[in-house]
Amino acid sequence: MEQVIELLSLSPPGWGGNLLRGLLHSLEIALGAFGFGLLIGLGGAIGKLYGGPVLRDILAVYTTVVRAVPELVLILILYYVGTDLINKAAGAMGYGRVEISGVAAGIWVLGIVQGAYATEILRGAIKAIPIGQIEAARAFGMPPLKMLRRVTIPAMMSFAIPGLANLWLIATKDTALLAVVGFNELTLETRQAAASTRAYFTFFLAAGALYLMVTLLSGRVFARIEKWARKGQPGHRRAGA
Amino acid sequence: MTEAIATDRNDPAAASAEEAIRVEDLHKSFGNLEVLKGVNMSAKKGDVVAIIGGSGSGKSTMLRCINFLETPTSGRIVIGGEEIAMRADGSPASRKQIERVRSRLGMVFQAFNLWTHRTLIENVTEVPVHVLGVPKAEAHDRAMALLERVGLAEKAATYPAFLSGGQQQRAAIARALAIDPSVMLFDEPTSALDPELVGEVLTVIRDLAAEGRTMLLVTHEMKFAREVSDHVIYLFEGRIEEQGPPEAVFGAPKSERLKQFLKSVA
Ligand SMILES: Nc1ncnc2c1ncn2[C@@H]1O[C@H](COP(=O)(O)OP(=O)(O)OP(=O)(O)O)[C@@H](O)[C@H]1O
Ligand SMILES: [Mg+2]
Repeated sequence: MEQVIELLSLSPPGWGGNLLRGLLHSLEIALGAFGFGLLIGLGGAIGKLYGGPVLRDILAVYTTVVRAVPELVLILILYYVGTDLINKAAGAMGYGRVEISGVAAGIWVLGIVQGAYATEILRGAIKAIPIGQIEAARAFGMPPLKMLRRVTIPAMMSFAIPGLANLWLIATKDTALLAVVGFNELTLETRQAAASTRAYFTFFLAAGALYLMVTLLSGRVFARIEKWARKGQPGHRRAGA
Repeated sequence: MTEAIATDRNDPAAASAEEAIRVEDLHKSFGNLEVLKGVNMSAKKGDVVAIIGGSGSGKSTMLRCINFLETPTSGRIVIGGEEIAMRADGSPASRKQIERVRSRLGMVFQAFNLWTHRTLIENVTEVPVHVLGVPKAEAHDRAMALLERVGLAEKAATYPAFLSGGQQQRAAIARALAIDPSVMLFDEPTSALDPELVGEVLTVIRDLAAEGRTMLLVTHEMKFAREVSDHVIYLFEGRIEEQGPPEAVFGAPKSERLKQFLKSVA
Protein backbone atom coordinates (compact mmCIF):
# COMPACT_ATOMS: atom_id res chain seq x y z
CA MET A 1 0.00 0.00 0.00
CA GLU A 2 2.74 2.39 0.97
CA GLN A 3 4.40 1.55 -2.29
CA VAL A 4 1.26 2.38 -4.22
CA ILE A 5 0.99 5.75 -2.55
CA GLU A 6 4.61 6.43 -3.33
CA LEU A 7 4.10 5.48 -6.97
CA LEU A 8 1.08 7.74 -7.26
CA SER A 9 2.55 10.65 -5.31
CA LEU A 10 2.31 13.93 -7.12
CA SER A 11 6.02 14.76 -7.06
CA PRO A 12 8.82 12.61 -8.50
CA PRO A 13 9.74 9.89 -8.08
CA GLY A 14 5.94 9.41 -7.91
CA TRP A 15 4.05 9.52 -11.20
CA GLY A 16 0.81 11.08 -9.96
CA GLY A 17 1.77 14.49 -11.29
CA ASN A 18 2.33 13.04 -14.76
CA LEU A 19 -1.02 11.32 -14.66
CA LEU A 20 -2.81 14.51 -13.66
CA ARG A 21 -1.00 16.47 -16.33
CA GLY A 22 -2.09 13.82 -18.80
CA LEU A 23 -5.66 14.10 -17.55
CA LEU A 24 -5.51 17.86 -17.94
CA HIS A 25 -4.28 17.50 -21.50
CA SER A 26 -7.00 14.98 -22.21
CA LEU A 27 -9.67 17.30 -20.86
CA GLU A 28 -8.23 20.24 -22.72
CA ILE A 29 -8.42 18.35 -26.00
CA ALA A 30 -11.80 16.85 -25.21
CA LEU A 31 -13.24 20.29 -24.45
CA GLY A 32 -11.70 21.84 -27.51
CA ALA A 33 -12.78 19.00 -29.76
CA PHE A 34 -16.27 18.97 -28.30
CA GLY A 35 -16.61 22.72 -28.88
CA PHE A 36 -15.13 22.52 -32.37
CA GLY A 37 -17.38 19.55 -33.08
CA LEU A 38 -20.44 21.49 -31.89
CA LEU A 39 -19.61 24.33 -34.26
CA ILE A 40 -19.19 21.92 -37.15
CA GLY A 41 -22.34 20.13 -36.03
CA LEU A 42 -24.44 23.28 -35.92
CA GLY A 43 -23.23 24.33 -39.35
CA GLY A 44 -23.61 20.79 -40.62
CA ALA A 45 -27.12 20.38 -39.26
CA ILE A 46 -28.26 23.69 -40.74
CA GLY A 47 -26.55 22.83 -44.02
CA LYS A 48 -28.20 19.43 -44.15
CA LEU A 49 -31.63 20.87 -43.35
CA TYR A 50 -31.62 24.09 -45.34
CA GLY A 51 -28.60 23.93 -47.68
CA GLY A 52 -28.52 23.42 -51.43
CA PRO A 53 -28.10 19.98 -53.01
CA VAL A 54 -24.29 20.24 -53.36
CA LEU A 55 -23.76 21.21 -49.76
CA ARG A 56 -26.12 18.47 -48.60
CA ASP A 57 -24.21 15.89 -50.63
CA ILE A 58 -20.88 17.02 -49.23
CA LEU A 59 -22.25 16.82 -45.70
CA ALA A 60 -23.74 13.40 -46.34
CA VAL A 61 -20.34 12.12 -47.46
CA TYR A 62 -18.69 13.69 -44.43
CA THR A 63 -21.03 12.23 -41.83
CA THR A 64 -21.15 8.83 -43.53
CA VAL A 65 -17.41 8.45 -43.93
CA VAL A 66 -16.54 9.68 -40.46
CA ARG A 67 -19.10 7.43 -38.83
CA ALA A 68 -18.14 4.42 -40.96
CA VAL A 69 -14.34 4.46 -40.60
CA PRO A 70 -12.91 3.32 -37.24
CA GLU A 71 -11.87 6.32 -35.20
CA LEU A 72 -8.32 5.11 -34.76
CA VAL A 73 -7.86 4.96 -38.52
CA LEU A 74 -9.46 8.37 -38.93
CA ILE A 75 -7.20 9.86 -36.34
CA LEU A 76 -4.13 8.51 -38.08
CA ILE A 77 -5.34 9.75 -41.46
CA LEU A 78 -6.40 13.18 -40.23
CA TYR A 79 -3.28 13.63 -38.15
CA TYR A 80 -0.79 12.70 -40.84
CA VAL A 81 -2.72 14.26 -43.70
CA GLY A 82 -3.33 17.39 -41.65
CA THR A 83 0.27 17.90 -40.59
CA ASP A 84 1.48 17.02 -44.06
CA LEU A 85 -0.81 19.57 -45.68
CA ILE A 86 0.21 22.27 -43.26
CA ASN A 87 3.87 21.56 -43.87
CA LYS A 88 3.39 21.53 -47.62
CA ALA A 89 1.56 24.85 -47.40
CA ALA A 90 4.25 26.28 -45.18
CA GLY A 91 6.92 24.99 -47.57
CA ALA A 92 5.16 26.54 -50.53
CA MET A 93 5.07 29.88 -48.76
CA GLY A 94 8.78 29.61 -48.05
CA TYR A 95 8.68 28.65 -44.39
CA GLY A 96 10.44 25.62 -43.03
CA ARG A 97 8.79 22.73 -41.18
CA VAL A 98 6.17 23.93 -38.78
CA GLU A 99 5.98 22.51 -35.31
CA ILE A 100 2.33 21.65 -34.80
CA SER A 101 1.12 21.77 -31.24
CA GLY A 102 -0.21 18.46 -30.00
CA VAL A 103 -3.24 20.13 -28.45
CA ALA A 104 -4.18 21.91 -31.66
CA ALA A 105 -3.69 18.74 -33.68
CA GLY A 106 -5.72 16.71 -31.21
CA ILE A 107 -8.57 19.22 -31.21
CA TRP A 108 -8.58 19.33 -35.00
CA VAL A 109 -8.58 15.57 -35.40
CA LEU A 110 -11.12 14.72 -32.73
CA GLY A 111 -13.20 17.78 -33.55
CA ILE A 112 -13.76 16.55 -37.08
CA VAL A 113 -14.84 13.17 -35.76
CA GLN A 114 -17.12 14.78 -33.17
CA GLY A 115 -18.54 17.15 -35.77
CA ALA A 116 -20.01 14.29 -37.78
CA TYR A 117 -21.91 12.91 -34.79
CA ALA A 118 -22.89 16.38 -33.61
CA THR A 119 -24.29 17.14 -37.07
CA GLU A 120 -26.65 14.20 -36.78
CA ILE A 121 -27.61 14.91 -33.18
CA LEU A 122 -28.36 18.57 -33.87
CA ARG A 123 -30.14 17.85 -37.13
CA GLY A 124 -32.45 15.47 -35.30
CA ALA A 125 -32.95 17.98 -32.50
CA ILE A 126 -33.82 20.80 -34.88
CA LYS A 127 -36.26 18.55 -36.70
CA ALA A 128 -37.89 17.70 -33.39
CA ILE A 129 -38.82 21.35 -32.75
CA PRO A 130 -42.56 21.75 -33.36
CA ILE A 131 -42.74 23.56 -36.71
CA GLY A 132 -45.16 26.12 -35.30
CA GLN A 133 -42.45 27.66 -33.14
CA ILE A 134 -40.31 28.35 -36.19
CA GLU A 135 -43.34 29.60 -38.12
CA ALA A 136 -44.25 31.98 -35.34
CA ALA A 137 -40.76 33.47 -35.46
CA ARG A 138 -40.99 33.85 -39.23
CA ALA A 139 -44.49 35.29 -39.03
CA PHE A 140 -43.27 38.05 -36.71
CA GLY A 141 -40.41 39.01 -39.02
CA MET A 142 -37.52 37.57 -37.07
CA PRO A 143 -34.37 37.58 -39.23
CA PRO A 144 -32.74 34.14 -39.80
CA LEU A 145 -29.70 34.55 -37.54
CA LYS A 146 -31.77 35.96 -34.72
CA MET A 147 -34.21 33.11 -35.14
CA LEU A 148 -31.36 30.64 -34.85
CA ARG A 149 -30.18 32.28 -31.64
CA ARG A 150 -33.52 33.10 -30.05
CA VAL A 151 -35.72 30.21 -31.16
CA THR A 152 -34.03 27.31 -32.94
CA ILE A 153 -31.07 26.75 -30.63
CA PRO A 154 -32.91 27.15 -27.31
CA ALA A 155 -35.90 25.14 -28.55
CA MET A 156 -33.80 22.24 -29.80
CA MET A 157 -31.64 22.16 -26.67
CA SER A 158 -33.77 19.74 -24.69
CA PHE A 159 -33.77 17.30 -27.61
CA ALA A 160 -30.03 17.61 -28.15
CA ILE A 161 -28.66 17.46 -24.62
CA PRO A 162 -28.84 13.67 -24.02
CA GLY A 163 -27.05 12.98 -27.31
CA LEU A 164 -24.51 15.70 -26.68
CA ALA A 165 -23.82 14.37 -23.19
CA ASN A 166 -22.95 11.03 -24.75
CA LEU A 167 -20.81 12.73 -27.34
CA TRP A 168 -18.88 14.55 -24.64
CA LEU A 169 -18.11 11.28 -22.87
CA ILE A 170 -16.95 9.81 -26.14
CA ALA A 171 -14.73 12.86 -26.60
CA THR A 172 -13.07 12.33 -23.24
CA LYS A 173 -12.41 8.70 -24.00
CA ASP A 174 -11.37 9.23 -27.59
CA THR A 175 -8.50 11.39 -26.39
CA ALA A 176 -6.90 8.07 -25.42
CA LEU A 177 -6.67 7.22 -29.11
CA LEU A 178 -4.34 10.19 -29.59
CA ALA A 179 -1.70 8.13 -27.81
CA VAL A 180 -1.02 6.50 -31.19
CA VAL A 181 0.29 9.75 -32.57
CA GLY A 182 2.45 10.26 -29.50
CA PHE A 183 0.38 12.84 -27.73
CA ASN A 184 0.95 12.74 -23.99
CA GLU A 185 -2.60 12.57 -22.78
CA LEU A 186 -3.69 10.46 -19.85
CA THR A 187 -3.43 7.04 -21.49
CA LEU A 188 0.06 7.59 -22.84
CA GLU A 189 1.25 9.03 -19.53
CA THR A 190 -0.18 6.00 -17.80
CA ARG A 191 1.53 3.63 -20.17
CA GLN A 192 4.85 5.34 -19.65
CA ALA A 193 4.47 5.30 -15.89
CA ALA A 194 3.47 1.67 -15.94
CA ALA A 195 6.29 0.64 -18.24
CA SER A 196 8.94 2.47 -16.20
CA THR A 197 7.81 1.06 -12.88
CA ARG A 198 6.30 -2.25 -14.03
CA ALA A 199 3.33 -1.39 -11.79
CA TYR A 200 0.86 -1.91 -14.61
CA PHE A 201 -2.08 -2.76 -12.43
CA THR A 202 -1.72 0.27 -10.16
CA PHE A 203 -1.42 2.81 -12.90
CA PHE A 204 -4.10 1.52 -15.20
CA LEU A 205 -6.46 1.24 -12.27
CA ALA A 206 -5.62 4.82 -11.34
CA ALA A 207 -6.23 5.98 -14.90
CA GLY A 208 -9.50 4.09 -14.99
CA ALA A 209 -10.56 5.83 -11.78
CA LEU A 210 -9.71 9.20 -13.27
CA TYR A 211 -11.78 8.51 -16.40
CA LEU A 212 -14.63 7.33 -14.20
CA MET A 213 -14.44 10.51 -12.15
CA VAL A 214 -14.68 12.60 -15.28
CA THR A 215 -17.72 10.63 -16.37
CA LEU A 216 -19.46 10.99 -13.02
CA LEU A 217 -18.81 14.71 -12.84
CA SER A 218 -19.89 15.20 -16.43
CA GLY A 219 -23.10 13.37 -15.69
CA ARG A 220 -23.89 15.85 -12.97
CA VAL A 221 -23.10 18.86 -15.12
CA PHE A 222 -25.21 17.57 -17.98
CA ALA A 223 -28.09 16.71 -15.67
CA ARG A 224 -28.11 20.37 -14.65
CA ILE A 225 -27.93 21.58 -18.21
CA GLU A 226 -30.74 19.25 -19.20
CA LYS A 227 -32.89 20.45 -16.35
CA TRP A 228 -32.30 24.00 -17.47
CA ALA A 229 -33.01 23.16 -21.10
CA ARG A 230 -36.27 21.44 -20.18
CA LYS A 231 -37.45 24.25 -17.96
CA GLY A 232 -40.54 24.97 -20.03
CA GLN A 233 -41.65 21.36 -20.25
CA PRO A 234 -43.74 19.42 -17.82
CA GLY A 235 -41.85 16.41 -16.49
CA HIS A 236 -42.66 12.82 -17.33
CA ARG A 237 -43.54 12.29 -13.73
CA ARG A 238 -45.77 15.13 -12.72
CA ALA A 239 -46.12 15.84 -9.09
CA GLY A 240 -49.37 14.48 -7.75
CA ALA A 241 -50.21 12.69 -10.98
CA MET B 1 -67.28 57.94 -49.25
CA THR B 2 -63.64 56.96 -49.36
CA GLU B 3 -64.51 53.91 -51.40
CA ALA B 4 -63.26 55.45 -54.61
CA ILE B 5 -59.87 56.19 -53.09
CA ALA B 6 -59.52 52.78 -51.52
CA THR B 7 -59.98 51.02 -54.83
CA ASP B 8 -57.72 53.31 -56.83
CA ARG B 9 -55.10 50.75 -57.79
CA ASN B 10 -52.78 53.11 -59.56
CA ASP B 11 -52.13 55.24 -56.58
CA PRO B 12 -51.27 53.13 -53.55
CA ALA B 13 -50.08 56.16 -51.61
CA ALA B 14 -53.50 57.76 -51.84
CA ALA B 15 -55.15 54.49 -50.90
CA SER B 16 -52.92 53.96 -47.88
CA ALA B 17 -54.76 56.59 -45.91
CA GLU B 18 -57.68 54.24 -45.49
CA GLU B 19 -56.66 50.88 -46.82
CA ALA B 20 -55.07 48.37 -44.48
CA ILE B 21 -54.65 45.44 -46.78
CA ARG B 22 -55.28 44.48 -50.38
CA VAL B 23 -54.94 41.14 -52.09
CA GLU B 24 -55.09 41.04 -55.88
CA ASP B 25 -55.52 38.01 -58.08
CA LEU B 26 -53.83 35.73 -55.60
CA HIS B 27 -52.98 32.28 -56.91
CA LYS B 28 -51.34 29.49 -55.01
CA SER B 29 -50.57 25.95 -56.07
CA PHE B 30 -48.99 23.13 -54.14
CA GLY B 31 -47.45 21.12 -56.95
CA ASN B 32 -50.33 20.33 -59.28
CA LEU B 33 -52.98 21.25 -56.77
CA GLU B 34 -54.24 24.78 -57.29
CA VAL B 35 -55.52 25.85 -53.90
CA LEU B 36 -56.15 29.55 -54.58
CA LYS B 37 -57.51 30.43 -57.99
CA GLY B 38 -57.43 34.21 -58.08
CA VAL B 39 -58.57 35.81 -54.85
CA ASN B 40 -59.23 39.54 -54.63
CA MET B 41 -60.03 41.29 -51.39
CA SER B 42 -59.29 44.40 -49.44
CA ALA B 43 -59.93 45.76 -45.99
CA LYS B 44 -59.98 49.29 -44.72
CA LYS B 45 -58.47 50.28 -41.42
CA GLY B 46 -60.69 49.14 -38.61
CA ASP B 47 -62.43 46.50 -40.70
CA VAL B 48 -63.06 43.05 -39.35
CA VAL B 49 -63.16 40.61 -42.23
CA ALA B 50 -64.34 37.10 -41.51
CA ILE B 51 -63.22 34.37 -43.87
CA ILE B 52 -65.38 31.28 -43.88
CA GLY B 53 -65.53 28.16 -46.01
CA GLY B 54 -65.30 24.42 -45.93
CA SER B 55 -62.27 22.43 -44.93
CA GLY B 56 -59.65 22.61 -47.66
CA SER B 57 -61.21 25.64 -49.35
CA GLY B 58 -57.96 27.58 -48.97
CA LYS B 59 -58.69 29.84 -45.99
CA SER B 60 -55.45 29.15 -44.14
CA THR B 61 -53.46 29.24 -47.35
CA MET B 62 -54.86 32.67 -48.18
CA LEU B 63 -54.01 34.03 -44.75
CA ARG B 64 -50.54 32.52 -44.87
CA CYS B 65 -49.86 34.00 -48.31
CA ILE B 66 -50.52 37.46 -46.92
CA ASN B 67 -47.44 37.32 -44.69
CA PHE B 68 -45.63 34.98 -47.06
CA LEU B 69 -45.52 32.02 -44.73
CA GLU B 70 -46.59 30.41 -47.97
CA THR B 71 -45.11 31.64 -51.20
CA PRO B 72 -47.88 32.79 -53.55
CA THR B 73 -47.70 31.45 -57.08
CA SER B 74 -48.77 34.86 -58.40
CA GLY B 75 -50.70 37.93 -57.40
CA ARG B 76 -50.13 41.11 -55.43
CA ILE B 77 -50.16 41.73 -51.71
CA VAL B 78 -50.38 45.34 -50.56
CA ILE B 79 -50.16 46.10 -46.84
CA GLY B 80 -50.90 49.64 -45.72
CA GLY B 81 -50.28 50.96 -49.23
CA GLU B 82 -46.95 49.16 -49.55
CA GLU B 83 -46.78 46.44 -52.16
CA ILE B 84 -44.62 43.50 -51.21
CA ALA B 85 -42.05 43.03 -53.94
CA MET B 86 -42.14 39.51 -55.34
CA ARG B 87 -39.75 37.54 -57.46
CA ALA B 88 -40.97 35.62 -60.47
CA ASP B 89 -41.39 32.51 -58.30
CA GLY B 90 -43.54 34.41 -55.82
CA SER B 91 -40.97 34.57 -53.02
CA PRO B 92 -40.42 37.98 -51.43
CA ALA B 93 -37.78 39.93 -53.32
CA SER B 94 -36.48 41.80 -50.31
CA ARG B 95 -35.84 40.06 -47.02
CA LYS B 96 -35.72 43.43 -45.28
CA GLN B 97 -39.09 44.45 -46.63
CA ILE B 98 -40.87 41.22 -45.82
CA GLU B 99 -39.42 41.17 -42.32
CA ARG B 100 -40.53 44.73 -41.73
CA VAL B 101 -44.02 44.02 -43.05
CA ARG B 102 -44.30 40.80 -41.06
CA SER B 103 -43.36 42.58 -37.87
CA ARG B 104 -46.49 44.69 -38.40
CA LEU B 105 -48.82 41.76 -38.95
CA GLY B 106 -49.96 40.06 -35.77
CA MET B 107 -50.57 36.43 -36.55
CA VAL B 108 -52.51 34.18 -34.20
CA PHE B 109 -52.33 30.48 -35.01
CA GLN B 110 -54.78 27.68 -34.52
CA ALA B 111 -52.18 25.79 -32.46
CA PHE B 112 -51.07 28.92 -30.52
CA ASN B 113 -47.39 28.32 -31.39
CA LEU B 114 -46.08 30.05 -28.31
CA TRP B 115 -42.35 29.55 -27.76
CA THR B 116 -42.35 26.80 -25.17
CA HIS B 117 -38.89 27.63 -23.81
CA ARG B 118 -40.02 31.10 -22.81
CA THR B 119 -42.45 32.27 -20.15
CA LEU B 120 -45.58 34.13 -21.14
CA ILE B 121 -44.06 37.52 -20.49
CA GLU B 122 -40.95 36.52 -22.44
CA ASN B 123 -43.15 35.38 -25.30
CA VAL B 124 -44.87 38.74 -25.34
CA THR B 125 -41.68 40.83 -25.14
CA GLU B 126 -39.70 38.69 -27.59
CA VAL B 127 -40.66 40.41 -30.83
CA PRO B 128 -40.77 43.99 -29.52
CA VAL B 129 -37.33 43.64 -27.93
CA HIS B 130 -35.53 41.38 -30.38
CA VAL B 131 -37.12 42.34 -33.67
CA LEU B 132 -38.40 45.88 -33.22
CA GLY B 133 -35.71 47.10 -30.84
CA VAL B 134 -38.04 48.39 -28.12
CA PRO B 135 -36.16 49.00 -24.84
CA LYS B 136 -36.59 46.06 -22.44
CA ALA B 137 -38.24 47.95 -19.60
CA GLU B 138 -40.74 49.59 -21.89
CA ALA B 139 -41.55 46.29 -23.63
CA HIS B 140 -41.95 44.60 -20.26
CA ASP B 141 -44.41 47.18 -18.96
CA ARG B 142 -46.42 47.02 -22.15
CA ALA B 143 -46.39 43.22 -22.09
CA MET B 144 -47.65 43.18 -18.51
CA ALA B 145 -50.46 45.53 -19.47
CA LEU B 146 -51.38 43.25 -22.38
CA LEU B 147 -51.30 40.13 -20.23
CA GLU B 148 -53.47 41.96 -17.76
CA ARG B 149 -55.85 42.78 -20.53
CA VAL B 150 -56.23 39.15 -21.60
CA GLY B 151 -56.53 38.12 -17.96
CA LEU B 152 -53.15 36.45 -17.57
CA ALA B 153 -51.14 38.89 -15.48
CA GLU B 154 -50.65 36.41 -12.67
CA LYS B 155 -49.37 33.80 -15.15
CA ALA B 156 -46.68 36.07 -16.59
CA ALA B 157 -43.82 33.94 -15.28
CA THR B 158 -45.37 30.61 -16.27
CA TYR B 159 -44.25 28.51 -19.22
CA PRO B 160 -46.90 27.87 -21.88
CA ALA B 161 -46.96 24.10 -21.40
CA PHE B 162 -48.40 24.57 -17.93
CA LEU B 163 -51.43 26.48 -19.16
CA SER B 164 -54.76 25.53 -20.69
CA GLY B 165 -55.33 25.96 -24.41
CA GLY B 166 -57.54 28.97 -23.83
CA GLN B 167 -54.87 30.62 -21.71
CA GLN B 168 -52.22 29.86 -24.28
CA GLN B 169 -54.30 31.34 -27.04
CA ARG B 170 -55.00 34.47 -25.02
CA ALA B 171 -51.26 34.79 -24.44
CA ALA B 172 -50.68 34.32 -28.17
CA ILE B 173 -53.09 37.17 -28.81
CA ALA B 174 -51.16 39.32 -26.33
CA ARG B 175 -47.96 38.41 -28.18
CA ALA B 176 -49.52 39.55 -31.45
CA LEU B 177 -50.82 42.76 -29.86
CA ALA B 178 -47.39 43.56 -28.47
CA ILE B 179 -46.17 44.62 -31.89
CA ASP B 180 -49.13 47.00 -32.21
CA PRO B 181 -50.03 45.32 -35.48
CA SER B 182 -51.60 47.22 -38.35
CA VAL B 183 -53.54 44.06 -39.20
CA MET B 184 -54.20 41.00 -37.08
CA LEU B 185 -54.41 37.65 -38.80
CA PHE B 186 -56.36 34.96 -36.98
CA ASP B 187 -56.32 31.42 -38.35
CA GLU B 188 -59.10 29.53 -36.59
CA PRO B 189 -58.04 30.75 -33.17
CA THR B 190 -60.56 28.59 -31.32
CA SER B 191 -60.54 25.39 -33.35
CA ALA B 192 -58.00 23.62 -31.19
CA LEU B 193 -59.82 24.48 -27.97
CA ASP B 194 -62.13 22.47 -25.80
CA PRO B 195 -65.65 23.89 -26.16
CA GLU B 196 -65.69 25.36 -22.67
CA LEU B 197 -62.55 27.39 -23.45
CA VAL B 198 -63.75 28.91 -26.71
CA GLY B 199 -65.72 31.69 -25.01
CA GLU B 200 -62.80 33.26 -23.16
CA VAL B 201 -60.82 33.62 -26.39
CA LEU B 202 -63.76 34.97 -28.37
CA THR B 203 -64.32 37.55 -25.64
CA VAL B 204 -60.80 38.87 -26.17
CA ILE B 205 -61.24 38.99 -29.94
CA ARG B 206 -64.62 40.69 -29.60
CA ASP B 207 -62.92 43.36 -27.49
CA LEU B 208 -60.33 43.95 -30.17
CA ALA B 209 -63.00 44.27 -32.81
CA ALA B 210 -64.82 46.80 -30.67
CA GLU B 211 -61.73 48.95 -30.23
CA GLY B 212 -61.29 49.14 -33.99
CA ARG B 213 -58.47 46.71 -34.71
CA THR B 214 -58.14 45.70 -38.32
CA MET B 215 -58.52 41.94 -38.43
CA LEU B 216 -58.74 39.08 -40.85
CA LEU B 217 -60.40 36.23 -39.06
CA VAL B 218 -60.59 32.71 -40.43
CA THR B 219 -63.18 30.95 -38.34
CA HIS B 220 -65.69 28.15 -38.09
CA GLU B 221 -67.64 30.05 -35.43
CA MET B 222 -70.42 31.37 -37.64
CA LYS B 223 -72.38 33.10 -34.92
CA PHE B 224 -69.28 34.89 -33.81
CA ALA B 225 -68.31 35.85 -37.36
CA ARG B 226 -71.73 37.32 -37.90
CA GLU B 227 -71.55 39.24 -34.67
CA VAL B 228 -68.11 40.85 -34.97
CA SER B 229 -67.35 41.21 -38.66
CA ASP B 230 -67.99 44.09 -41.03
CA HIS B 231 -67.46 41.94 -44.06
CA VAL B 232 -67.64 38.22 -44.72
CA ILE B 233 -65.84 36.29 -47.42
CA TYR B 234 -67.00 32.80 -48.32
CA LEU B 235 -64.28 30.76 -49.99
CA PHE B 236 -65.12 27.74 -52.07
CA GLU B 237 -62.38 25.69 -53.71
CA GLY B 238 -59.95 28.56 -53.84
CA ARG B 239 -62.33 31.23 -55.13
CA ILE B 240 -64.46 33.82 -53.39
CA GLU B 241 -67.90 32.39 -54.01
CA GLU B 242 -69.77 35.11 -52.20
CA GLN B 243 -68.98 38.09 -50.02
CA GLY B 244 -70.72 40.98 -48.38
CA PRO B 245 -71.87 42.37 -45.05
CA PRO B 246 -72.63 39.67 -42.48
CA GLU B 247 -76.39 40.27 -42.52
CA ALA B 248 -76.43 39.57 -46.25
CA VAL B 249 -74.03 36.62 -46.28
CA PHE B 250 -75.60 34.88 -43.31
CA GLY B 251 -79.13 36.27 -43.56
CA ALA B 252 -79.74 36.12 -47.28
CA PRO B 253 -77.10 34.00 -48.99
CA LYS B 254 -77.37 33.97 -52.78
CA SER B 255 -75.06 31.15 -53.78
CA GLU B 256 -76.37 27.59 -53.54
CA ARG B 257 -73.01 26.43 -52.20
CA LEU B 258 -73.02 29.01 -49.44
CA LYS B 259 -76.55 28.01 -48.49
CA GLN B 260 -75.43 24.39 -48.35
CA PHE B 261 -72.38 25.33 -46.33
CA LEU B 262 -74.31 27.40 -43.81
CA LYS B 263 -76.77 24.57 -43.41
CA SER B 264 -73.96 22.09 -42.82
CA VAL B 265 -72.34 24.13 -40.05
CA ALA B 266 -75.54 25.24 -38.37
N1 LIG C 1 -48.04 22.63 -47.48
C1 LIG C 1 -48.97 22.05 -48.25
N2 LIG C 1 -48.63 21.15 -49.19
C2 LIG C 1 -49.55 20.58 -49.99
N3 LIG C 1 -50.85 20.83 -49.92
C3 LIG C 1 -51.28 21.72 -49.00
C4 LIG C 1 -50.36 22.37 -48.12
N4 LIG C 1 -51.05 23.20 -47.31
C5 LIG C 1 -52.35 23.06 -47.68
N5 LIG C 1 -52.49 22.18 -48.68
C6 LIG C 1 -53.74 21.83 -49.34
O1 LIG C 1 -54.38 23.01 -49.78
C7 LIG C 1 -55.77 22.93 -49.61
C8 LIG C 1 -56.25 24.11 -48.83
O2 LIG C 1 -55.72 24.04 -47.52
P1 LIG C 1 -56.02 25.10 -46.41
O3 LIG C 1 -55.25 24.70 -45.22
O4 LIG C 1 -55.78 26.47 -46.93
O5 LIG C 1 -57.56 24.88 -46.18
P2 LIG C 1 -58.49 25.54 -45.08
O6 LIG C 1 -59.58 26.22 -45.82
O7 LIG C 1 -57.70 26.33 -44.13
O8 LIG C 1 -59.09 24.25 -44.39
P3 LIG C 1 -59.37 23.96 -42.82
O9 LIG C 1 -60.71 24.55 -42.54
O10 LIG C 1 -59.41 22.48 -42.76
O11 LIG C 1 -58.29 24.58 -42.03
C9 LIG C 1 -56.05 21.59 -48.95
O12 LIG C 1 -56.46 20.70 -49.95
C10 LIG C 1 -54.72 21.17 -48.39
O13 LIG C 1 -54.59 19.78 -48.41
MG1 LIG D 1 -57.10 26.11 -42.11
